[in-house]
Amino acid sequence: MEAINHLPFIVGSYAAAFVVVALLVAWVMIDFRTQRRALADLEMRGFARRSAAAALAQAKEEA
Amino acid sequence: MSLIDLANPSRFLKFADRVLPWLGGVTVIALAFGLNQAMGAPDDYQQGATVKIMFLHVPSAWLGMLAWGIMSIAALGTLVWRHPLADVAAKAAAPIGAAFTLLCLVTGSLWGRPEWGTYWVWDARLTSELVLFLLYLGVIALWRTVEDPSRAARAAAILTLVGAVDLPIIKFSVDWWNTLHQGESVFRFGGSTIYPTILVPLLVMAVAFTLLFVTLHVAAMRNEILRRRVRTLRLMRAQATN
Repeated sequence: MEAINHLPFIVGSYAAAFVVVALLVAWVMIDFRTQRRALADLEMRGFARRSAAAALAQAKEEA
Repeated sequence: MSLIDLANPSRFLKFADRVLPWLGGVTVIALAFGLNQAMGAPDDYQQGATVKIMFLHVPSAWLGMLAWGIMSIAALGTLVWRHPLADVAAKAAAPIGAAFTLLCLVTGSLWGRPEWGTYWVWDARLTSELVLFLLYLGVIALWRTVEDPSRAARAAAILTLVGAVDLPIIKFSVDWWNTLHQGESVFRFGGSTIYPTILVPLLVMAVAFTLLFVTLHVAAMRNEILRRRVRTLRLMRAQATN
């Protein structure tokens, strides 16, 4: 009887944990896709960081 | 590969790409095992079935504090050594620490209602935990308010170090003040007061939650490094078009 009375609190706790963890995982995954897409888009337009641009120029010179 | 080698953002990105699938896999297995242990644990002789809330509440509380501890070390790295990954680590840890602290507060309330007869009471442990959550929100807001990441990092680092004062207050609040919250029962002089059939699942869940935190933190740090690269390239684009 006591377990049944307390069941909503137990289920509520585990549901809250599931929601928090799911939101954290979704945030990390969506953010990764967003940043990777933005970076790929900028690099496709010819913008590269100085170190990456220098490495590319050196590779072209050597070729 | 040493820790010093990982201080380079490019090397860290390669490291993150390599370890994250493994970390994620181990975390899922650990969480499944921990939940299985938690569900199989016997009821407490006084608290009955509500003791199952402890398997979420206690690891969340520990990780909320651990995350701020990591942010404090990272804050020293930002202010003293100007470590390239220090503010990335601090910024990435803040939302995760805030989420675990919120989970600690929510599960604590849901545990408190059947045991204490109330969802909330302004005792020292609960209030200091709420202060930690508000500090997290403050640091996150600071990061979002200051546009330049290096300036934001220094301001957030100072707030983080000031906020670290709250960690010993949370830990020792149950000893220093007369609180409704129970006293220390796991890490204490004279050994744990929790019976092994409940203590073991609790420690397994703590390890699983720690693995979850590490996985999320490495992934969030990778995202933050990418975000800064995107910002640099957008600035370059803006300069090129002007």
